[in-house]
Amino acid sequence: MTAPSNVMEIRDLARTFGGGRTIFGTKKPELTAVRGVSLDLRMGETLGIVGESGCGKSTLARMLVGLDRPTRGAIRLDGEDLSASGTKALARRVQYVFQDPVSSLNPRQTIRAILEAPMRHLLGLGGKERLARLEKLIEAVNLRPEFLERYPHEFSGGQAQRIGIARALAAEPDVVVLDEPVSALDVSVQAQVLNLLDRLKQERGLTYVFISHDLAVVESVATRVAVMYFGEIVEEAPARQLFRAPLHPYTDLLIRSAPVPNRRRAAAKGDSGELPDPYDPPPGCPFAPRCPRVEADCRAAMPPLEAKDRGKGHRAACLHPLPLSAPTSQPHEPG
Amino acid sequence: MTAAATTSDTAAQTSGKERRERPSTFALILNNRLAAAGLVVLGLIVLAALAAPILPLADPNATDPANRLAPLLTPGHLFGTDALGRDILSRLVWGTRVSLLVGFSASLIAALFGSAIGLVAGYAGGRTDQILMRLIDLMMAFPYILLALAIVAILGPGLINALYAIAIVNVPFFARNIRGITVGLARREFVDAARLSGKGPLTILGSDILPNVLPTIVITLSTTVGWMILETAGLSFLGLGAQPPQADLGSMLGDGRKVMFTAPTISLVPGLMIFLIVMSINLIGDGIRDALDPRLRSGALARPAFRTKVAKGRRMPGEDIGEEPQPLEGGSSHHSPLPADDSGNRHPPLPAGISPTRGEIDKTETSAAADLPPCGGSEGRARPVARPGVRQGRGGGQGTNPDDKSVSPVLAVRGLETEFRIGRSVYHASNGVDLTIRPGECLGLVGESGSGKSVTAMSLMGLVPSPPGVIAGGRIGFKGEDLADAPDGRIRALRGGAVSHVFQDPLATLHPLFAVGDQVVEAIRAHQPLGRKAAAEKARDLLDLVRIPNAARRMKALPHELSGGLRQRVSIAIALANDPDLIIADEPTTALDVTVQAEVLRLLDELRRERRTAVLFITHDFGVVSEIADKVAVMYAGRIVETGKTAEILARPAHPYTRMLIDCVPVMGEPERRLDAVPGRPPAVNRLPPGCAFADRCPRVRPDCREGEIELEPKRGSLEARCLYPLGPGEALSGEADPREARP
Repeated sequence: MTAPSNVMEIRDLARTFGGGRTIFGTKKPELTAVRGVSLDLRMGETLGIVGESGCGKSTLARMLVGLDRPTRGAIRLDGEDLSASGTKALARRVQYVFQDPVSSLNPRQTIRAILEAPMRHLLGLGGKERLARLEKLIEAVNLRPEFLERYPHEFSGGQAQRIGIARALAAEPDVVVLDEPVSALDVSVQAQVLNLLDRLKQERGLTYVFISHDLAVVESVATRVAVMYFGEIVEEAPARQLFRAPLHPYTDLLIRSAPVPNRRRAAAKGDSGELPDPYDPPPGCPFAPRCPRVEADCRAAMPPLEAKDRGKGHRAACLHPLPLSAPTSQPHEPG
Repeated sequence: MTAAATTSDTAAQTSGKERRERPSTFALILNNRLAAAGLVVLGLIVLAALAAPILPLADPNATDPANRLAPLLTPGHLFGTDALGRDILSRLVWGTRVSLLVGFSASLIAALFGSAIGLVAGYAGGRTDQILMRLIDLMMAFPYILLALAIVAILGPGLINALYAIAIVNVPFFARNIRGITVGLARREFVDAARLSGKGPLTILGSDILPNVLPTIVITLSTTVGWMILETAGLSFLGLGAQPPQADLGSMLGDGRKVMFTAPTISLVPGLMIFLIVMSINLIGDGIRDALDPRLRSGALARPAFRTKVAKGRRMPGEDIGEEPQPLEGGSSHHSPLPADDSGNRHPPLPAGISPTRGEIDKTETSAAADLPPCGGSEGRARPVARPGVRQGRGGGQGTNPDDKSVSPVLAVRGLETEFRIGRSVYHASNGVDLTIRPGECLGLVGESGSGKSVTAMSLMGLVPSPPGVIAGGRIGFKGEDLADAPDGRIRALRGGAVSHVFQDPLATLHPLFAVGDQVVEAIRAHQPLGRKAAAEKARDLLDLVRIPNAARRMKALPHELSGGLRQRVSIAIALANDPDLIIADEPTTALDVTVQAEVLRLLDELRRERRTAVLFITHDFGVVSEIADKVAVMYAGRIVETGKTAEILARPAHPYTRMLIDCVPVMGEPERRLDAVPGRPPAVNRLPPGCAFADRCPRVRPDCREGEIELEPKRGSLEARCLYPLGPGEALSGEADPREARP
């Protein structure tokens, strides 16, 4: 499945924090935030990555742009493994938009200095060319050129996030990783930023990795969605298909938990919402303690992420996936 | 281009003016009288020292044994002469020149090297940090004067060597300070952003971290220069600094020591000079620190007042709320009585034998229905209460009794105005807000950040920090009494008792060092005369009530050992500890994951229905509001712009702002929906435009929207809106439809 349309291939990517030994030889505790993620990113798509806090989606995002080195696994861009080459090699092709727009801008630099940096250090552009590009760039994100001389604290959250997007685009990347780009913004500003992101994607032929905990936002922007739980991808499918008929009970729980105006959510009652202890992970499926469809074999080993009965593109890591009809609490044997 | 240029020019000018409104750092220092005095004194001394070569002074080194030890005010020798007959005034000016030069140079050298070590250690982290900082620790392990003496002993006496010694001795001070700041900065997102911009570590240190560390370096420098001058004088006094015949303040002091008893002025004069220099530098240093330290500037270190200041002669709402209140919530046109006194005839008489606390809490209906201990505990949960209106209409969001006007409201806020007075500008954060909540009812207060929803809620119990917050007008009616007039003791009794809070971030509100069980016990015992054991039992019941699994064991858990959802349940348990009449919940589910959020919301909803507790629920999320609130009030720029029953307001709002707020949020199951982004942002609440504050962003705006007061008036059904051209039922937000048709 190494089609040329894949702009990025992630293979068995994992990140472990801590570990090793102290100088006295005692073992330090070890926490695996991402435990073997494999994904293909196709040219021009918006891949939504959904999960709750602590599922490892931000760690994954930081590895994709080189802010963090993976413990193992590969990140291939057009077939070339860049996982060990550091930030600069990846940053030329992959850029990142932060969750908190204000704290991602240096308070003591003008917007011009912030936006010029990627052009100078990544593209090696001269002063004249930078000037021309800056004007175009700042207008592309709907800001006025005189804003270039101002400092970040003079901007509202929405404006600051547009500057953050401009900073990411200044390096002319192919892929933009957006880590909760609208979560910190007010609702009336969220739509402005989402619409802007959509327009920029069309104009520049970008590929997005859109990370969010907000399912409604992901549903409205993503073409394909991967659901993460406890450091692993538990389900992956085209967006419409995933939201209409999820395979994994966790995806189902997430969808049913999303608040919708004038609709009472029907989330499973008595769900603890507790993740397993990351320092002492269980051997089997980490969702088993919360799963309404759990069986004995779920606790034995982690089920592989594989296609079920919904076609090649819809994969789930579940031994007892939900049937196509209305989800019930009855266990279902596939095949 | 020209039109665009002119508009941007005006915008730039206004923002320039805005910037000028904030005082500059220098102005802030001058504002500080002590620092200004220090600046004047030091300025004079530095001027004199600089002008030494051109001043008509005698040769400082010319000896004149005939005139030795001349007293003060001798003709030709204003300050007299020393043991060798040298002119003291001349030596003082020249000596000050040398001392200042050495002190400042040593400080700069120490700052340069110390900061460089601190920056590298803080940014590199790991092994580099370990090695550098352990070396610094090693230097700090020696008493500084001993170290300086050792260095001078190795290098040999002399002014330059003394300078090196003092600089080296002070390097650790800078290194540790700067390293601490750098460690915090290196993990900030803008440093990640700089890495993503392709910058190398040295570029990041120089262009991103150093500018942010510079204020700290300046602060550290300004507070150490005085110390360094003292140290220079110390070394010279011991004969290790300036060598004769060169004058510096320390060596002059040393010379004077030999004739201390015969001619005390010889040591007194340089001593006074050292005092003046060090004193003025320290005063300036403190001034610079106060001006540059953002925490001090924001007043965060000032002790906040116990409760929000209530302005004397505050503006009162038009009608007398005690006599004939006008409920602006709930969408009724007829008037209803305001919260009657506790002795009001609507309440059945209190059952006998209840505790005083119980009486104060006054949950007469509950106690009449089932004579239970104050806290229901697990019993409370199991209680199948046959209370009218409790179970009905759960699905429709109708709630317990939003229309039951026969029940007096728990909370009746009228015309509440809370302002922030900062400098010359007044921010009208809450600008004439009316709220009414009845027992068992949940009012959702919705708005964007900065709309004033949290300030409104915090004002109720006087939790807005003062200064700068001031309650400038209105009444806060709580069960018949005006809380704005209540004495401090009464407010203290109500806080956490009859009125409790649940905040957004339980990790921030729970004390990190105490077990959660103890914190619940503390909340109970603050208001009820219970023993430790009884309170602990009750605390366990409460944790059971909020469905914390294995409550008895979790009592001993520290907050960080619980998940976010469990922590928020503990906060709710604390809020319920004293059977409150009103819970103020400020975004209680915003920080939680969706799967947890649903559970916490359901819990809060069930508890308030079972216990007939009124809830003021603040949020920005209409999805959350529709699940829990009976009524909704939408805030914009400090005012309620629309209010009504939840289902009605969500489906067919009358105010364009409400419509916008609903339309711009993506909804699950409707991915095709176009997100209507409304351009612009809310107006600044210190410069509110006349008329409707939303006018600039409203697609339906007409000229008269920008004139005069627009009242909150009944529109259709239960809806009341502050709008001249409200939307018709189901009308979309677009400029095309004729707004006149939509008028009721």
